[in-house]
Amino acid sequence: MRKLSKGMTAFTSSNTETQSPLNKAVPHESAVRQVAGSARYTDDIPVPSNTAYAAVGVSNESAGQIKRIDLDAVRQAPGVIDVITVADIPGKTDIAPVFEGDPILADQNILFHGQPVFAVLADTVTHARQAASKGQIHIAATTPQLHIDEALAQQALVRPSHTMQTGNAEAVISTCAHQLEGTLSIGGQEHMYLEGQVALAIPEEEDRMLIYASSQHPSEVQKLVAEVLNVGLHKVCVDTRRMGGGFGGKETQTAQWACLAAVLASRNKRAVKFRLARSHDMQLTGKRHPFKNSFNIGFDPNGQLQASVIEVTGNCGCSPDLSDAIVDRAMFHADNAYYAGQSTVTGHRVRTNTVSNTAFRGFGGPQGMLAAEAIMDGIARKLQLDPLQVRKQNLYSEATGTQTHYGMTVTGNRLPDIIAQLEKNAQYWKRREQLRAFNAQSPIIKKGLALTPVKFGISFTAKFLNQAGALVHIYTDGSIQVNHGGTEMGQGLHTKIAQIAAHEFGVEITQIEVTATRTDKVPNTSPTAASSGTDLNGKAVSNACREIKQRLADFYTQSLQLPGAKVRFANTQVCVGQHVIGFCELVQQAYLARVSLSATGFYKTPKIYYDRDKANGRPFFYFAYGAAVSEVSIDILTGEYSVNQVDIVHDVGTSLNPAIDTGQIEGAFIQGMGWLTTEDLRWDDKGRLISMNMATYKIPAIGDTPPIFNTQLYQTPNNEDSIYHSKAVGEPPFMLAISVWCALKDAISSISDYRLDPQLDPPATPEKVLWAVMAMQTQTQAVADVREPAL
Amino acid sequence: MVRFLLNDTPVSLSTAEANQTILQFLRETRELTGTKEGCAAGDCGACTVVLAELSSCQQRLHYAPINSCIALLSSLHLKQLICVEHLSEHQQLHPVQQALVEHHGSQCGFCTPGFVMSMFALYHNTDAVKRHDVEYALSGNLCRCTGYRPIIDAALSVCNNVVADNFKAQQATTISALLALRSSADAPQKQLTKNNSTQTANKDNPAINGAGLLMPTSREALQHCMKNYPDAPLVAGSTDVSLTITQQFRHYPTLISLTQIAELKTIVHTQTLVKIGAACTLDDLHQLCCKYYPTLTELIERFASLPVRKQATLGGNLVNASPIGDLPPLMLALKARFIIDNGAEQRTVAARNFYTGYRETALPKGFWLSCIELPLLQLDQHLAAYKVSKRFEDDISAVCAVFIVTADKQHNITALSTGFGGMAATPAVALDFEQHMAGHNLLDTQSLKHAKQWLADTFSPINDVRASALYRQQLVANLWHRFVLQYQNQTLEKTPDKIHNKQIATRVRYHA
Repeated sequence: MRKLSKGMTAFTSSNTETQSPLNKAVPHESAVRQVAGSARYTDDIPVPSNTAYAAVGVSNESAGQIKRIDLDAVRQAPGVIDVITVADIPGKTDIAPVFEGDPILADQNILFHGQPVFAVLADTVTHARQAASKGQIHIAATTPQLHIDEALAQQALVRPSHTMQTGNAEAVISTCAHQLEGTLSIGGQEHMYLEGQVALAIPEEEDRMLIYASSQHPSEVQKLVAEVLNVGLHKVCVDTRRMGGGFGGKETQTAQWACLAAVLASRNKRAVKFRLARSHDMQLTGKRHPFKNSFNIGFDPNGQLQASVIEVTGNCGCSPDLSDAIVDRAMFHADNAYYAGQSTVTGHRVRTNTVSNTAFRGFGGPQGMLAAEAIMDGIARKLQLDPLQVRKQNLYSEATGTQTHYGMTVTGNRLPDIIAQLEKNAQYWKRREQLRAFNAQSPIIKKGLALTPVKFGISFTAKFLNQAGALVHIYTDGSIQVNHGGTEMGQGLHTKIAQIAAHEFGVEITQIEVTATRTDKVPNTSPTAASSGTDLNGKAVSNACREIKQRLADFYTQSLQLPGAKVRFANTQVCVGQHVIGFCELVQQAYLARVSLSATGFYKTPKIYYDRDKANGRPFFYFAYGAAVSEVSIDILTGEYSVNQVDIVHDVGTSLNPAIDTGQIEGAFIQGMGWLTTEDLRWDDKGRLISMNMATYKIPAIGDTPPIFNTQLYQTPNNEDSIYHSKAVGEPPFMLAISVWCALKDAISSISDYRLDPQLDPPATPEKVLWAVMAMQTQTQAVADVREPAL
Repeated sequence: MVRFLLNDTPVSLSTAEANQTILQFLRETRELTGTKEGCAAGDCGACTVVLAELSSCQQRLHYAPINSCIALLSSLHLKQLICVEHLSEHQQLHPVQQALVEHHGSQCGFCTPGFVMSMFALYHNTDAVKRHDVEYALSGNLCRCTGYRPIIDAALSVCNNVVADNFKAQQATTISALLALRSSADAPQKQLTKNNSTQTANKDNPAINGAGLLMPTSREALQHCMKNYPDAPLVAGSTDVSLTITQQFRHYPTLISLTQIAELKTIVHTQTLVKIGAACTLDDLHQLCCKYYPTLTELIERFASLPVRKQATLGGNLVNASPIGDLPPLMLALKARFIIDNGAEQRTVAARNFYTGYRETALPKGFWLSCIELPLLQLDQHLAAYKVSKRFEDDISAVCAVFIVTADKQHNITALSTGFGGMAATPAVALDFEQHMAGHNLLDTQSLKHAKQWLADTFSPINDVRASALYRQQLVANLWHRFVLQYQNQTLEKTPDKIHNKQIATRVRYHA
């Protein structure tokens, strides 16, 4: 038998009684088209013959006032059709999603380096980009604010600071047996979706506009395009079939390009495509927020956390965008899985002259959680306990405490069970011993091991977003079209939706077609974000299906003269007692009998409420849990490292699709690992992003995948009434990668014989690891037998 | 004219537009949009296509994955271009495509066509595929969704169960079609040389006259092109020049391609040296290193990615003169000799005299780099080449350090040669260090400490996006430390003394 890479790939299904595709490892609905090259992305859509191409000219200063813009050379460049500045926008010029502050093109004030100032339309992409580089933008530059600490000191905030509090932490800390303080600077992250930002605007009759956009939030694109064009929302339709990756980077960040394309299309009465070159994509769109976290805690001699004061400061860049909610989510997750005792968590949202930071998988949660995990490591080293022991004993439980710092009670915590499974599967304690033995005889290569848990709250914290709509049609041949408000970015949402619809109607999945997300089919949708795509839209779709099923059931039982009898949809048949009819045949009969075969569905998440003024409530419908063990090797001469083995157990409730859920977990883990290791955003002193291409910004490559990578689904039905008791899986596993960061710290700590906790600010590039190693050597004055003393 | 097969269809393309990439050709003129643009810089692999080329014996086809976003049309000449749309036939997926579906290897799917093509090349070129082979073959393909595990599984599974595909079945037809292309391309040129002197032949040869992408086939023709178009850049693999087109939006009226000059691609071995044509690809160099310089294999395998190495040339990397290029330090340490040519005369320049300033070389106007002479190693010479970068694969060095140490039986250094990248404005040699270390003992602790200090003080590197100056200084010192430990490991291996026979692990991982 051939040997595959070591990892779990066998999937079992709990759903065996019917041919329902539910709970099965159904391949991604687009897989065949993707491998054949026939899956169409926005840039692949055949364009009308009059299509022209857009590009933007950008600021080369980070702050200041525009004095003069000289665009003569741009207008005279080959192929140029039109050039616009903010003055040419017919409607609203601010395209911010929530709080104002995101001009479509710079209006006097320069907010960041690379800010679009004018837009060009030309006959080819190359001509547009060449022309855009010829603009003369004269700016009276001012000193940009580029540092998170200085911005906080000056109270340069995009939104007010906010605090969540239980008890009086400050007072308790001083009474504790042990105190610990620490700070952590956390890097941002470029989304690096393989498909860059792109939109195609096609003017239709009069003032109507059709937009194809690679967007996680078509409804917002629709709204903003309508506003910049100064028309009603009903004149604009946005269509998104699929994205080549989103990760949060296409939630708010697509609108600008779609809006500019729409304005140019409307002015010139021709189709306009706007696709950002990669370097522009990286400089002009927001990223994960860099954070600065600090903590001051008190704990008892056993390592039990008794009080914590945690401060998280998000670098929001030049505008609020979604930062209010992002810093809130960092605050909600500053405890991660641990009862923090009496606690005060404060969040600041500072303004700097960098591109406005935005949503990215985890939405602030990962940055918040790092505080909790740094605390756990800190306690362990101070008391010389194994970090896993400290983590386990501080988990939320009846013994420690169950109430979070925002007043939500943690019930049914799955982590003790998940961690127990993982400890056993990954042989944590045995490997811990082996590792110590290895390190004792290896002066240059040191190994590290860490198990870290994740507890992630599921729901949009903005309550109104927790709603979804669906539109389901059955055609007269029995084939079914499903539309819903969610977008497909690779996460397999459409596949799960097709499984849900097929299960509801008891038909083959091939009978279901999930079509492009379109604002004229399902209106007023929420972004596909917050891991909520399946939870919300899956329920809406099942509600729509059930509506039609009810009509079909009523029709069938009436025609059998068995009103009220139980009707079963399975195996492409409909059964009432002994009576059986083919699904398609019933549909035909229902059509002839004038039964409506189309329905909308709607869903809103129950139970959630949150009073932000009091910082108290139940913002999350439920928590998703997971844990990972990572083992690393580091080279103390260079700081280079490798991840040798990763074991994961992750809670997905009852998995709708084990293959897709596993893919989300593995992919999120590697993406999280990239954030914490090699993905290093760098700006120069002027505020110009210098890691602005894939040659200088390094996401994990194939060789970074650990050679042993085991992922196991923890399949226990969600206690809450989520769609078939599954759990959201998009974001939570991202934070499993914190185990890699902790394992690197563990390896470095071995130099001090595990007595000291190294300072290792992520991303832990080889350079940072080397500095941490050398700091540890200095602190411990360790003279290892490396056949020579250190430099 | 560029003549090639687009899958099985012969195509002749005008080269009047020198700047067109293969990706643009596919997407914009053929509406073959399965091939994607992810970065337009050869860094992500979404645009990977495969070029099938006749082997030297003309009996077989060799399948090379390349990045179509940074390949100019000249790369296609006399080859078969295969892209993702060509793999499946009559709705029947190719085995590599099927394997990706079965292993859930695509999520957003945007990188997938590139992976499919890299896997297709692997499927055709290797038997008994191991995980390392998969990583090697796919190191230039980035995926942001899957974490790669299912892709690795798919590749291992399908490439170890190879069945004859349509391309195998069509091989004979393809070979004759390529041979036919070759003779039709040769015909007008032969005609010209038969009837006229070389000079008039050049004058009338459309491949080297008129603006656009010129494709001379001999040094005389190249000389002719350079004389007529003195400002036109020379381009071989185009992996660097293309970036000025796709990233800086430069437009070249004329480019002179070196891809069709056979003598720039020859490799000659003698007892003491190996002579490599400047237009040999880095993949050619890889084969050669495996044979003559096994300790260099890792450096070459970590040089960019396989698709880039299939395109990029040794000469290109050397003349480019980047201070962070990985091959110039090697040339400096090996004390290689560069043969330069202007069509009329050939001269030899020592590698150590070649780099004159930041991105400046001693190559005079009108000359090109013709070939490189590398001395073979002596038995007492120890060669090590180290590269440290943020990401292990497909990344640019923070520091590249090459050491060649000659030691006597008592482990005293009798000669030392070095080469460094990332430490100065040019690829650099630590000349004082080389002289200073002679006579030092490789087992001596004080000597090591002293050497590290000396090396760290030798250079004044800069802070940039890849590393700080301090890190670079620390690295050169510590890489010497690594070299010494590895030397000691090797020596200890040979000593019967069990007490001191303690090997020290020095690497977290390496390509070997």
